[in-house]
Amino acid sequence: MIGLGHYLSVAAILFAIGMAGIFLNRKNVIVILMSIELMLLAVNINFVAFSQFLGDLVGQVFAFMVLTVAAAEAAVGLAILVAFFRNRGDIAVDDASLMKN
Amino acid sequence: MSIAVIAFYLFAFSAIASGLMVVASKNPVHSVLFLILAFISAAGLFVLMGAEYLAMVLVVVYVGAVAVLFLFVVMMLDVDFVEMKQGFLQYLPIGGALAAIVVVELIMVVFVWAFPSDAELARAHPSPTAAQTITDPNGPTNIEALGLILYTDYVHYFQIAGMVLLVAMIGAIILTFRTRDGIKKQDPAAQVGRKREEGYELVDIRPGQGLS
Repeated sequence: MIGLGHYLSVAAILFAIGMAGIFLNRKNVIVILMSIELMLLAVNINFVAFSQFLGDLVGQVFAFMVLTVAAAEAAVGLAILVAFFRNRGDIAVDDASLMKN
Repeated sequence: MSIAVIAFYLFAFSAIASGLMVVASKNPVHSVLFLILAFISAAGLFVLMGAEYLAMVLVVVYVGAVAVLFLFVVMMLDVDFVEMKQGFLQYLPIGGALAAIVVVELIMVVFVWAFPSDAELARAHPSPTAAQTITDPNGPTNIEALGLILYTDYVHYFQIAGMVLLVAMIGAIILTFRTRDGIKKQDPAAQVGRKREEGYELVDIRPGQGLS
């Protein structure tokens, strides 16, 4: 029988993959944004799993909020990326230090 | 093994494998496609958990909007992605170690989770419709129950979510908006505001000379 622990384990592994993705793809902002989406997905799986196994639908309502924020974050993040690319001609983040000088 | 168990392991494996490929694949277009597969697998997991509406929203919003947005941006930006992969092996030890530590910690948390007794469980959840959805087959369906609480008890959160989307939309438009010179565009105000005198000119043409 599949219990709460199974779903939470899947979510934990997905979250850790997303976290590792941020470390491993430090140069590529697009993959960093995708890793953040993966982490938010893991959080959503946790919310829905707890909502189901505790019998409380509020978890699913909150998962909606996470979904909304994830969509907004993707839109604004990619817009910033496009504006950055227009100004600089590339998207290398490790030398993005315009604010320093 | 029942169908549900097989389906769980199928979706879980596909979600984790495609999550790994999102991080590890060399081509960002492949990353986006694996991200779509991860979202669809997660939607399958949601269906298995009985959250059908959220599963469908996940497919529509993530696969239909967010992933396509990613694909659009990846293809629009002309970047050398092979060069971007350089630091991957350099950061693999520390990134992998951190990920392993987080997985072990989170799963340890999961397996010492103590379930409350039924009495505590009943006291813990404030919405009666929720319990009905999950336990009573004749109760409201998932989407009915969600609508019952989303538009009543949580209507302010719903409104705030709408505001967040509005602000994000305006922000994205402003960030990417640019005015370019030298583009022929219709200007209705200038057309309407044109005076009669600007529209024509009376010229005396002398015989044999024409209009110079």
